[in-house]
This record gives sequence, structure tokens and C-alpha cells, in this order.
Amino acid sequence: MELILEIIMIPAVLATIKILVIILMFAMPLGTVLTLMERKWSAMIQDRVGPNRANIGKFTGHGALHLAADGLKSIFKEDTMPKGADGFLYFIAPFFGLIAGVATFAIIPLAGPIGDFTFQVTDIEPGLLFIFAITSLSVYGAVLAGTSSNSKFALLGGTRASAQMISYEVFMGLALMGIFMVYGTTRVSGIVDGQNEYWFGSLIPMWGVFTQPLGFVLFFTALVAETKRAPFDAPEGESEIVAGYFLEYSGMRWSAFMLAEYVALVGVASLITTLFFGGYHVPWLHLWEGAPQWLVTILQVIKFSLFTLFFCWFQIQLRWTVPKFRFDQTMALGWKKLLPLSLANVVVTAFVILAFA
Amino acid sequence: MELKVKKVQRLDGVREAFYFPAIFSGLRLTVKHFWRNLFGSKDVVTINYPEEKRHVSERWRGRHRLTRNDNGFLSCVACYMCETVCPSKCIHIEAGEHPDLSVEKYPVVFNIDELRCVFCGLCVEACPKDAIRMDTGIISMAYTSRETFDFTRDLLRDSYDPKAHSNPKYGDYDLPSPSSQEEALPNSQGVPAT
Ligand code: SF4
Ligand code: SF4
Repeated sequence: MELILEIIMIPAVLATIKILVIILMFAMPLGTVLTLMERKWSAMIQDRVGPNRANIGKFTGHGALHLAADGLKSIFKEDTMPKGADGFLYFIAPFFGLIAGVATFAIIPLAGPIGDFTFQVTDIEPGLLFIFAITSLSVYGAVLAGTSSNSKFALLGGTRASAQMISYEVFMGLALMGIFMVYGTTRVSGIVDGQNEYWFGSLIPMWGVFTQPLGFVLFFTALVAETKRAPFDAPEGESEIVAGYFLEYSGMRWSAFMLAEYVALVGVASLITTLFFGGYHVPWLHLWEGAPQWLVTILQVIKFSLFTLFFCWFQIQLRWTVPKFRFDQTMALGWKKLLPLSLANVVVTAFVILAFA
Repeated sequence: MELKVKKVQRLDGVREAFYFPAIFSGLRLTVKHFWRNLFGSKDVVTINYPEEKRHVSERWRGRHRLTRNDNGFLSCVACYMCETVCPSKCIHIEAGEHPDLSVEKYPVVFNIDELRCVFCGLCVEACPKDAIRMDTGIISMAYTSRETFDFTRDLLRDSYDPKAHSNPKYGDYDLPSPSSQEEALPNSQGVPAT
């Protein structure tokens, strides 16, 4: 028993266990369920029924079995490769997005630390800069898929994706600059703890969304554009270039693209929760003195999960509400409106901090 | 000739440039539908087809049926009107002489090839005896072989209901399907040779 504990406490082993738990029990299942939920929820929005036919005997589980059906289908589907495609690049492209999406969870704390034990894979000093580095990796998935498919639509999609993601990355960083300045750190745990302060005694928690409202809107917009979901889904553009960069894929590799999209969606939701909605901190919990540690941890996990779920839902709702931007509109919005706004946000934040500090 | 140019009026101004008013009013609408349907599918207009069927108007031309007369026997007198009028030539009738002389002729064979039928309803209008109708409400026929679509007389006729018929003498009379011309027309003097 002690030996097992000792092995578990070796940092590398502990990190591996945390990675497995967070990815296999939080990110992946939520992402997978969201693939079904998107179909169900969009049906509710549009007054339809949604998928409900997959069944074992009489049991359908209100469509829950479609998850199993989808999985089975993509496993047994033929894995095609177009003539003249670049085999190696074509093979590895789907996994860039997936890896980038999953890597986001490395720095996200699910609950507050208990003693030395943190509910976070790693709390590195660069923190969010690591996120920027990783999310910029996911553009490779789209570009490689587009160029290696030997298909003009896919190439167009890949080109659009790279242009869009690179330009939105610019002010994604700038939008977070305000957060760095307000909380004085890029370390995620520092930012989360900074949001546990209160204004006016214990009236309003200093959440990122209250200290940086404009930064929140800009960052959220940038992240939605990064995940290439509507209204910024010109790279996929069903109506003009069929499915964009992953047009030629089928079977499991196509599923990898889909799963990457939904894991990224969960990643966006948890990032927003962590940076702008107090992370795992339950507001006003400090007023209850002597709360048992285990209860606090459970409440924190619940609070974090609820907010994450809410933002998953919100992104899906947004997708089924807002019409698609034309590609030139996407670009104009990014460079002509959001970039100046985020620069202004940085300057104004700096002045406010100087004036009140 | 000069091309006509229509200037499209675009909504401009700060309100439109910020997108938010439009996005929020859109979200208000979609969230309203979402919440209403999350608890009890109130607005859903979908008809779950095989379990629920759409209401079909009485005038809707569906699969044919052969009606029965008051005696419970087929009303059809094998007059060939429908076969003649049918634009797609999909009705095939062979007449026979009924054992009961008051009934005279009846269809020994009455086949409708529903694959060739265009559901025009002309056969129904042509019939002098109101013997063929298209009011079954069967709006879809899906089978896996062509032969199945060739509906025979016994498949087309109404099911017999003893309560609805005053004289059930011929009610479940098992309509004979004679194999030869002589058997079908026992009282005739034979078909004159031409
Ligand atoms: S509905 Fe028209 S096509 Fe069909 S059997 Fe009657 S007459 Fe012929
Ligand atoms: S169905 Fe009517 S029209 Fe056709 S043969 Fe019989 S009686 Fe004549």
C-alpha cells in the first residue's frame, strides 16, 4: 500500500495519472457527448425532434445510442485516401487538432489545491503563453489536411483556416493582456486566486468578466474563431466549399476532426471559466468559516463543471443563432474592429491600473 | 439597353457595426425555443412517421380498393370501363360469369399494377358501379419485389363485414378463380370464333 502511494507520488507518475483522469474522464467524454447534444439541442432550437432512432430492441435512450452507432460506423467505414494525396501528411493531419485541444487541459485547475496536491496537471510559470503556443499548433491540422488532400476545395478550406486562425491569434493574445495586467501574472493559479478577491467588502467578486468586460468579449470571439465554429466557419463553409479542409477524410480520421472540434469547444469553455469567471472559486464561500475541506473541493468541482457546461451550451446556442460571416467579413472584423479594440483595451487598462494603484 | 441596377439598402451605423444588438435579439429567440422544447417538446412540429401518421384528406388518392354491394359481393360487373380509360394501362381484368345469374358478370381476374399506376383517379370516375375507389388512405407502398406491386383482386377487395351487409348470402363467398374460359363462363354458348 505504502509502496503504491510512493509510486503514485513520483511527479511524473502523478502527472500521467492526472492527465489520464482529466482527459479520459472530463475532456473526452464531455466532447463526445456534446457531438450528440449539439444535434439534440439544435433540434430543440429549430422545433425538431433530433436523432432518436438508433435502438437496441425497444430501447433508444432518447437518442443516446446514436453515440455508439456513430462510433461503430466510423470504425467500420472505409478509410479512403484520394489519388495523389500526400500519404504521410494526410495521415497525421487529423491528430494535430486533437492534440492541441487536449493539451489545453494541462494547465486548467479543476479545484483548489489540498496541501501539496493540485487538481491541475501542471502549473507552469508561462501558463497562458503555453496555451497560445498550443492553440497555434492546431492550425497545422487544418493546413496540412488542406494541402495534402489533393483536392481544390480542401485546399481552399485550409487556406481560409490558416488565414483566419493566424489573424485571430494576434488579438487573442492582446485581449488577454488586460487580464495579465490586472492580476499581475501569467500563471493560471495566480489568475484564479486573483479572482477570489472582492470589491466593496465582499459584495462583488473580482472576476475577470467584471475587471475586463471588453477583454472577455474579445477573447471569447477570438476563441470561437480559433475553433472555426459558426459564425466563423468559413473554413468549413458547407454552402460553398462542401466541408473545407477535411472534405476528403472518412471513417476514424474524419471522426478525429469532429472530436477535435468538440474537445476544443470544451477547452474554450473551461478556459473562459478559468480566466473570466473565477475558475474553481465558489463566490462568497469564504463567508462560511470552518467549511470542511472535502465539501469545499466538491463544491469547487461542481461550480467549475457547471460554468464549463454553460459555456459549452452557449457556444452551441451561438452557432445555431448567428449566420455565417463571409470570409472577407471575418477578416475585416478581425483586423479593422477587434484588433484596434483590443489595443485600446490594453491602453485603457494600463491607465486605469496606473491611476488607481 | 442599359442594365437595371438595384441599390440594396444596407443597415449601417453604430448599432449594426457592433453586432451585439442583433446577436442578442437572435439569442433571445433561439433560447426561448430551446427552453420551451427542453421541457416537453411543446413547439415540435415533426410527425414521427412510422408511429404517427399525417392526417390524409378524404379526397386523397391512395391505393385502390374494390367495394362490395349490399349483398356483400364485389360491386364490380367487369365492364372494362376502368381498364379502357386508364392512361397507363395498368388495370387487367378478365370477366367471368357468376354462378348466381342475378349477379351476371364478375371479375375473375382484377389486377392493378401499382408501380405503373399514376394515381390519376380516372378509373374511379369511369366506374358506373362505384366499384373501385381510392380512399383507403394508404399513402405509401414499399415492397422489395416488382411482383408484390401487382395487386390482385383478393388483395384489393374490402374485407367483409357481416354487420354492414343486409344479405350476407355471398358474404364470404370464396370467389372462384377458374382456370379455363369454359369454367369461367359455364352458361355461355361459347365464344364465337372470329
Ligand atoms: S388511377 Fe389512373 S393510372 Fe391508376 S389505375 Fe386508375 S386510371 Fe389507371
Ligand atoms: S371497377 Fe367499375 S369500371 Fe372497372 S370493370 Fe368493375 S365495374 Fe367496370
